[in-house]
Amino acid sequence: MNFKKILPQLLTLVVVILVFGFFSYNAQVNMENRGITFGYGFLTQESSFDVQFSLIEYDGSHSYFRAYLVGLLNTILVSVIGIVFATIIGVVVGIARLSSNYLIERTAAIYVEFFRNIPLLLQIFFWYFAALRALPLPEKAEPIFGVFFLTIKGFFIPAFVWNNLNIFIYSVIAAIIAIFFVRLYAKKKQENQGIQTPVLLISIGLLIILPLLSFLLGGVNASIEIPVIEQLSQTSFTYKGGLKLPPELISLALALSLYTATFIAECVRAGVQGVSKGQKEAAASIGLTPNQVLKLVVMPQALRIIIPPTTNQYLNLTKNSSLAAAIAYPDLVLVFAGTALMQTGRAIEIVSITMLTYLTLSITISIFMNWYNKKIAIKEK
Amino acid sequence: MNKLNFLSPDKNNLYAYLYSGISLFSLSILIVFLNSFFSLDLTSFLPGSISYFLPLIIGFIGLHLIRIEYSGLKFLDIVNKNINTNKFNALLSLLIIFAVIKSLPPLLSWFIIDANFAGDSKDACSGSGACWAYIKTWFNRFMYGMYPNAEQWRINLSFIALAFLGGVGFFATEKFKKYLTLYYVVIYPIIAFLFIFFFISGGPIFFDFSYGIIAAVISIIIGFFIPSKFKMYYFLIIPITIYILLKYVFFYEELIELGKIQAFEWVETGAWGGLSLTFIVSFFCLIFCFPVGLFLSLGRRSDLPIIKYISIGFIEFWRGVPLITVLFMSSVMFPMFLPEDMFIDKLVRVIIAISLFEAAYVAEVIRGGLQALPRGQYDAAKSLGMGYWKMHIFVILPQALKLVIPGIANTFLALVKDTPLIFVVGLLEIVGMLNLAKTNPEWLGFAMEGYVFASIVFFIICYAMSKYSYNLEQKYKTER
Repeated sequence: MNFKKILPQLLTLVVVILVFGFFSYNAQVNMENRGITFGYGFLTQESSFDVQFSLIEYDGSHSYFRAYLVGLLNTILVSVIGIVFATIIGVVVGIARLSSNYLIERTAAIYVEFFRNIPLLLQIFFWYFAALRALPLPEKAEPIFGVFFLTIKGFFIPAFVWNNLNIFIYSVIAAIIAIFFVRLYAKKKQENQGIQTPVLLISIGLLIILPLLSFLLGGVNASIEIPVIEQLSQTSFTYKGGLKLPPELISLALALSLYTATFIAECVRAGVQGVSKGQKEAAASIGLTPNQVLKLVVMPQALRIIIPPTTNQYLNLTKNSSLAAAIAYPDLVLVFAGTALMQTGRAIEIVSITMLTYLTLSITISIFMNWYNKKIAIKEK
Repeated sequence: MNKLNFLSPDKNNLYAYLYSGISLFSLSILIVFLNSFFSLDLTSFLPGSISYFLPLIIGFIGLHLIRIEYSGLKFLDIVNKNINTNKFNALLSLLIIFAVIKSLPPLLSWFIIDANFAGDSKDACSGSGACWAYIKTWFNRFMYGMYPNAEQWRINLSFIALAFLGGVGFFATEKFKKYLTLYYVVIYPIIAFLFIFFFISGGPIFFDFSYGIIAAVISIIIGFFIPSKFKMYYFLIIPITIYILLKYVFFYEELIELGKIQAFEWVETGAWGGLSLTFIVSFFCLIFCFPVGLFLSLGRRSDLPIIKYISIGFIEFWRGVPLITVLFMSSVMFPMFLPEDMFIDKLVRVIIAISLFEAAYVAEVIRGGLQALPRGQYDAAKSLGMGYWKMHIFVILPQALKLVIPGIANTFLALVKDTPLIFVVGLLEIVGMLNLAKTNPEWLGFAMEGYVFASIVFFIICYAMSKYSYNLEQKYKTER
């Protein structure tokens, strides 16, 4: 270690420490002046505010921590919905962009260029304030297939009413575990004897048969509850029964998935284009069928290119779901960094918890991604 | 004459297939066209669902008949290759053509035919189409926010002047080309800041920054006479000394009076808004985030552990949180971290927050470029006796930055698209102004027009940027 290497490091360290010291000193002075004490004790206090839409039971008598959970779950809910739809649309559009059909390719390209060049916030506003507001009032809504109602107050869809739901869930988990072992077995067989097992068929079979058995033997039964219109007052109507998806959730999920799908489509396109033609030709020349070429040669290589940027997009989508605050969807930012902050005035604690939550989420995913990347990376000699 | 087999058209009876196929295909398009533009139903004599699917069936048969490979007709081959390779493609092509024909009339009537262009109140908009009079009335607000009408020429002048100064690079002769980087990285941002501060904001002529500029100019002039050996230390110490001298010794007494001299009426940043604010915010964030990101990426690849881990921590922190929480932090939490008498303007806080946020993304993009360079480039530069900075400035960065033009362009695009988020701190750029106009009691119910307008504006800006970056990419492409 020589002087030239130590000096810049020392300088940087001193600057960083000075900046942090300056900030924390000021924070202390300011909090003292305003009579605020720093601490996370307020999390257990009664929150005394209500949240419009929550997955778990919650009202004003619950604690701030519970409010935090409500926000977090709502964030996760909209992210998961967004991720599922963005992936479906993205893969379809990405493949469409590779189509030899000029019209399909152009349509997909126009979609991608259009939706990725408009700010996400604008799209959310568009769906929430313009598009969904054009829907009819509950009493005038035309049912779709007789059971779905799209109204200005939200979407009303049929819900399942379960008996012994936990047995059903166990059977699904059992099916997934069984599929995992079938895959292991099939891979071993393929490697040892070169015999292919129809894994997909067996998996689908397992996924259908095991839950079906739970219906027949486990005493599970489900009935469907269809939303029925109900009059609240002279002019106010709503639907009772079934599941209500609030318009905030719908517009947020719509905007997030349509926006992120454009980026995923580009990832998919780049991935499939990134597999060189020689690979496909070589695979075909050793006698693989087109399906096998796709499954065993093209997809594994394309996925290696597709997955890292796509995960990045999933992360972006999760972070972008915080725009919910703009249309009052009660996500983590609105419930916790908005309402709870207003009520308690504990800016530092609440903003730090919120940021830490997002940070944990994204760092966990990126650690997982790094591990996955290492696993699937081409092992070069 | 060979036998016609309509199930498998071939080359032998080319024209028979061609004419029947094209006529069926045109017939299907005609049916849909008449139906959608003139609401004429040619097939009303058929039962409901058949009538509904008839164009599709006819068009499908038509396309099937003209699907003849190597027909020898250039036009036919092009059509077949592009929209008609197999049954599935034919079906999809038909669906897309029909969807376009079907959606044109409602769109046209909403946008143009039934739309209202004239008028300056809500009553003028009676038609079922769009109310462009709303956009016309509010146009000024969408562009300039709450900026006083009489002063708006200041924004226009500044933007024109800055656009002109920004375009200097295109006209520079060979001789001045080498100074362009310096110009764009240092001088141009300073000029831009001065324009914004003096013209748009109407700030006092003498303020801290003026002393800074005077100090910088003086020290640069003296700097020419300093031996290069001491130059680094000189530039670390002297400008700050001159600045302090100017501020606290020479001008201290006059500061109060000088500070009051201002050329224009002061317009506080809260009144700025609309598209011009979008431009101001994106412009400054763009200028600041690039150098910060560059240094962060170099820091992350440095072999000095403390610098490396500080950079990693910084980058990962900003990349891990959503921008909206960063803005929340800058508005509710950041004032807590400042001395009580210190106040930083909202706009400045926002620009700093967005710049730091985007800098982390820029850093990762540039790191990708640095990693993509082969080891040999570093070794070659070192073997020529170049030090760390020389190596990076003359060998590594020019190549690395060239590689990451698309990535940087994407980050800049993301930045422009993120500017509407400043509504969190109460600054209203174009989307924020739209939301304000939407709630105006005299203009209720025109949300759609506003959002369509803003979408078109943003689309034009972002699309132009992405096309420009594509051109740059092509221009600087080097074969490896």
